[in-house]
Amino acid sequence: MYGWIWRHLPGPVPVRALIALVLVAGVVAACFQWVFPAISPLMPFNDTTVG
Amino acid sequence: MKRPRMPQLHVPRLRVPRLRKVRPSVLRPRARGSAQAPPVRHARPLARVAYTAIGVLGELLITLGLFLLAFLAWQLWWTDVEANRAQAQILDELVPAPLSTQVAVPGEGDPPVMAAPALRETFAALHVPRWEGDPPRPISEGTDRATVLDVLGLGHYVGTAMPGEIGNFAVAGHRTTYGRPFHRVEELGIGDPLVVWTQDTWYVYRVTSTLIVMPNQVDVIAPVPGDPTAVPTERMITLTTCHPMFSARERFIVHGVFEYWAPTSTGTPAELLGR
Repeated sequence: MYGWIWRHLPGPVPVRALIALVLVAGVVAACFQWVFPAISPLMPFNDTTVG
Repeated sequence: MKRPRMPQLHVPRLRVPRLRKVRPSVLRPRARGSAQAPPVRHARPLARVAYTAIGVLGELLITLGLFLLAFLAWQLWWTDVEANRAQAQILDELVPAPLSTQVAVPGEGDPPVMAAPALRETFAALHVPRWEGDPPRPISEGTDRATVLDVLGLGHYVGTAMPGEIGNFAVAGHRTTYGRPFHRVEELGIGDPLVVWTQDTWYVYRVTSTLIVMPNQVDVIAPVPGDPTAVPTERMITLTTCHPMFSARERFIVHGVFEYWAPTSTGTPAELLGR
């Protein structure tokens, strides 16, 4: 999977590394923005109210 | 001229270590005479598929691990960053000027009681001198997590008394994550002041007890805590948060009783001025 992505990135190694870094940052940002807020209500450790 | 050369320079560089790495692994099984499958490059189609599948599975598991680590970082760190920023901004809009350094003059008679605000409306702020270094926290109407507690700070249980009203002014807040307004709740001791600010009035309460209950024990926010059928005669405040930290197994409860009120126009309660 990661090997496949690496082989399909264009350019020499430094450029590929930079693109890979940008891709990782993008995925993490998407997780922080949308994915984690969506799954956090399903987690069992944040309830503070009674009832 | 430079462009075609660049890849030519890099391709052999990449391939040489690869071949060196592959060779011993090809040789070793043969030398030992085992029937182990040869590496992917020379494998039969079925073995190649199996190798690829195992490789992908491994990468997926590593990805899952990194995903969970990232979730922890988000939950334990980033929600605090976002919520603290949001709550500070809410407070800035709610209380424009810095607090007066004059000691507020306690009011006479019964405290004024404001009407219940609309859902999600921020109408008060809680100052706790015991949590020195922590900012005051905005209190908004409602205790829904997604729309109040995660984004606005503290939440006022709908239907419970308003500040200064006879009954129980009940407030919920996060103890960990999302700005964790009640993070230091366990430091509170009997007699510690809980000071509620509203636009016109300060309300000063004193802690009377702290306890740990099960999440379904709703009588802690009853008008008379612990006795849902009783008619209230006292002005109470109750804070609820999760317990133990990072768990929702139980709830940490703080009860307090009203001491005095003061118009905000006369100054700031002595409890907040350290006098």
